[in-house]
Amino acid sequence: VSLKSDVRPEVLAPKKGNWLPRAWLFVAPFLLFYVAFLIYPAIQVAYLSFTNSDITGQGSFIGLQNYVELIRDPDFWASLWHTLYFILLTVVPNTAVGFFLALLVTRLKRLRLPILSAFFLPYVLPVSVVTTGALWLLDTNFGIINYLTGSTISWFQDPNWAMPAVAVVTIWWTVGFNMLLFIAGLQNISPEVYEAAAIDGASSLQRFIYITCPLVWPVTSLVLLLQLIAQFKIFDQVYLLTQGGPYNSTVVVLLYMYRQAFQQNRGGYAAAVAVALLIIMLIGSAIAFRAMQGRRSK
Amino acid sequence: VKSHRFSFLRLTCTVLTIIMALAWLFPLYWIANTSLTSESDTIALPPSFVPLPPNFEAFAYVIENSPIFRWYFNTVLVASVITVVSILVSLMCAYALSIMEFKGKGLINIWLLLGFMIPFGAMVIPLFMLMNQMHLVNSHLGVILPQIATPLSVIVFKRFFDQVPKDFRDAATIDGASDFHVLFNIYIPLNWSIIWAMAIITFIGAWNNFLWPFIVTNSTPMLTIPVGMTQVQSAYGVAFAKTSAVAVMASIPTAIAYLIFQKRVTQGVVAAAGIK
Repeated sequence: VSLKSDVRPEVLAPKKGNWLPRAWLFVAPFLLFYVAFLIYPAIQVAYLSFTNSDITGQGSFIGLQNYVELIRDPDFWASLWHTLYFILLTVVPNTAVGFFLALLVTRLKRLRLPILSAFFLPYVLPVSVVTTGALWLLDTNFGIINYLTGSTISWFQDPNWAMPAVAVVTIWWTVGFNMLLFIAGLQNISPEVYEAAAIDGASSLQRFIYITCPLVWPVTSLVLLLQLIAQFKIFDQVYLLTQGGPYNSTVVVLLYMYRQAFQQNRGGYAAAVAVALLIIMLIGSAIAFRAMQGRRSK
Repeated sequence: VKSHRFSFLRLTCTVLTIIMALAWLFPLYWIANTSLTSESDTIALPPSFVPLPPNFEAFAYVIENSPIFRWYFNTVLVASVITVVSILVSLMCAYALSIMEFKGKGLINIWLLLGFMIPFGAMVIPLFMLMNQMHLVNSHLGVILPQIATPLSVIVFKRFFDQVPKDFRDAATIDGASDFHVLFNIYIPLNWSIIWAMAIITFIGAWNNFLWPFIVTNSTPMLTIPVGMTQVQSAYGVAFAKTSAVAVMASIPTAIAYLIFQKRVTQGVVAAAGIK
């Protein structure tokens, strides 16, 4: 291993022999936790998917049997479809609303901080607080939303409305995060660019379309990608709001995995579901990443 | 004339923004409002929009009939330990990755990125089995251990450490300072604000974590607040004032932490995303 050229050799040379153990002393504590509770389980989940283990890990090797079953399992495909539907309902809307809120907030001066915290505050609350509130506000008979709007929809019990309702709750809860990233992105745009455009006679709409949007695109693509990864993992809100119902219409992949593991006691099969999700996520993110890189280079 | 119209437009825009912000806060207000209403008044029509006079029955009931303070204690303990240990090991790891040259460094960097990609949710089955074998199901340690290693903190700290001039360390080493000295007396003080930011984010994240405590604990006295409050919900059935009271109690710590350390949280989120 060669030393970096910018490091003065006379300082490092005498201690070169000590480098390896000393560096590992610094890395070891983190690595210990990292390997034990992330790398090892990652390998283990792949191994388990080839076994018929129960949830305690007892079982034997059965080859590809779990995967064969998985491909023919209509409930798995349904859960995948529900997850994709949820992604469709959240990723782009959550990004768009975040961008819109960021535009509103950045033009404020004295009110900026209080307004920013109003939009961000839900994000720091536990998911169960958010879902408790949602179940109360959106209650069919006594919820304030139905009272104010006069609607009689059973938001979380109607198969048509359950998933959109979960999506709206999710956006309300998490959009503050996207907004913060967009605010940072908007602030990174130098005001001189706007001034130059204004001198050239560009209207504010033109400045928005030809300066703001393209210059904030790196942040947009980042937010889209983070959103995609986050929403693939949807579990908490669905579990707490609908438990997968009505009629299993909101069973997402992780919820299906959870049921297989902890209710059916099928650890091996659940591991196969987890691996399938992992692979689909990686492929999905890679495609999204490539697509957005392509746009960026144009 | 034009500037006059312009400022009118600006004013309208500002007013709309304020209305939107209030609408955004309304659900939180409504939960607080309900928690201060008597159970029978929560379903009265028309609903009352101001909890006057405030009724503390729901809070009293919850405090008396659920182990909510025990859950508080669990959550404070778990979130504090996770924050301190996680930040400490991340700082040390980032220091080594930033300024030391050693075998395996490239491999660690790749692992960090990989770990970043692996969703925790897909890992809960082997993690549960592991905790089961170690007899750590239903223990604080079982909740804590898997939440210590956060690659994101290492990546953020490394990026900040990379910007510290190498001369600082060289000068200190010539004076005979050890690397621990350099880390704690130079690197950490210089990056105090981002460390604070990441610590607060880690704390809020650990406090709010639902999935893992939900999987690894099931005995009532071991639950954290976010998991415990769902028990209250199912135990009371339709009892909106009581569930709202629990929700208020569960949100107060993180909400206050955020409102006090607002700027730090913002800085941390933005740094973690790599925008600044």
